[in-house]
Amino acid sequence: MKRFLLAAAFFAVLVLLWEAAYRAKIWSPVLLPSPRQVVTYLEGAAADGTLLKATVITMRRLIVGYLIGLVMGLPLGLLTARWKLFHDTIGTLALGLQTLPSVCWVPLALLWFGQTEAAMLFVVVMGTLWSVVIATETGVRNVPPIYRRAALTMGSKRLHMWFKVILPAALPFIVSGMKQGWAFAWRSLMAAEIFVTILTGFGLGQLLHYGRELSAMEQVIGIMIVIVVIGLLADKIFFSPIEKFLHRRWGTSQA
Amino acid sequence: MHRAGRHHSSATEELQVIAPSKLAIENVSKSFRGASGPVLALDRVSLNVAEAEFVCLVGASGCGKTTLLNIIAGLEKPDSGTVLADGKPVRGPGRERLVMFQEPALFPWLDVFGNVLFGLKLKPNLTNKDRRQVAKYYLELVGLRRFERANVHELSGGMKQRVSLARALAPNPRVLLMDEPFAALDALTREQLYGDIQEIWKARRKTIVFVTHNVREAACLGDRVLLFSPHPGRVQEKFTVDLPRPRDINSVDLAAHATRITKALKSLGQGEAIAAK
Repeated sequence: MKRFLLAAAFFAVLVLLWEAAYRAKIWSPVLLPSPRQVVTYLEGAAADGTLLKATVITMRRLIVGYLIGLVMGLPLGLLTARWKLFHDTIGTLALGLQTLPSVCWVPLALLWFGQTEAAMLFVVVMGTLWSVVIATETGVRNVPPIYRRAALTMGSKRLHMWFKVILPAALPFIVSGMKQGWAFAWRSLMAAEIFVTILTGFGLGQLLHYGRELSAMEQVIGIMIVIVVIGLLADKIFFSPIEKFLHRRWGTSQA
Repeated sequence: MHRAGRHHSSATEELQVIAPSKLAIENVSKSFRGASGPVLALDRVSLNVAEAEFVCLVGASGCGKTTLLNIIAGLEKPDSGTVLADGKPVRGPGRERLVMFQEPALFPWLDVFGNVLFGLKLKPNLTNKDRRQVAKYYLELVGLRRFERANVHELSGGMKQRVSLARALAPNPRVLLMDEPFAALDALTREQLYGDIQEIWKARRKTIVFVTHNVREAACLGDRVLLFSPHPGRVQEKFTVDLPRPRDINSVDLAAHATRITKALKSLGQGEAIAAK
């Protein structure tokens, strides 16, 4: 409770400073709207449904792309960990492409897929895939050989070995890779939505973009806040419980 | 689901099966590639282990005793020679011969109960209810029933090795292979475990091959103690320890046996030193 209050106080001070900066008129109100104006915009956008609609569209793109990235990345990571051939080929490719900022996929996606949902999805998948591949491979390679040996003597082989020993043993690595993949997917989707205007759906990134076009700073800041909050919520709802479980089981340190 | 017509044994039936096997190791050789050419880890080693016999392999580190244990387990293949368990050649690892390693090797993603259950789940012809019952029996046997829901990292070193023992015993192997399982523990915990392992061995009748570099430990546990010489690994001498059980590691009689074995071990070392000159 005390921690919560301190954190709440911190954010209250932040908003107060913002308000103070607005009142001091250091910058033009066009560039820095007041917290009040941002809240009014968000209320309006929530009331007429644009905010919810945009959030749903964005989340759908994100989740579908992320899941495709996971479903492709996990087996590829296992393959690269298991066979040298895959390590030298797919593994090297993954390592290289992971260093490529995912915004860089946007021009290519636009030319290949045009102004379509497929372009969005492609960018999100590319953002997710490679870090999942690399994390899975690292995880599997770091499984202590003694676990394998112990399981072998108890009669574990092939698929049982992969699913009941190697994957669970690699779980801490895989989860951190999933988390990184999620962050990359989120970033790349926002980049794609800002660059790509498509008629099939107006996501948060597009709202952000049109906020800029209209010089509606309260919209820009309002949407940015929404994006931050979604990122935080995803962490708290999805990753945090998994990480807590891992910390408890493995006995690793916990904040 | 199991196929129809298969015989299902209940947990009680499962726990009544006591069938230690005999081992015959014949002319086993194994070499490794070392930094300066091949190293002969085992040189035509032959030995027999009787049903329900407790045999200790003693020797300096690097004398090939762990390699021999891994070969018996089926985790490594010999360059030549054979290992027979009940007359049948060992071709790979299997739950008839379970290993207890020096490190506990418990799975951190499972709790204590899950670890003991792991090998049982791979054993066919048992219902899940029976498997749980069997796992509970073994946790009781090692005195850790209260900790079945604990996470591995919450246990002390001695408790971890107890869980490892329960995990190795649970699928009811006919042979238990122990690779310096108590080496990393403090003296007090170790002494407790000497008592426990003797009791469990009496209750469950296993053929045990126990690797150690601690002569006293070997004399305390083994029916026979085999002395290994290094470079190349060979069985140098065999000692029979005929003291009544349970044995106390601090007893005078046991010390006499240990002294005898230590002397032999030391003369081996001197022989080595002379050979090196």
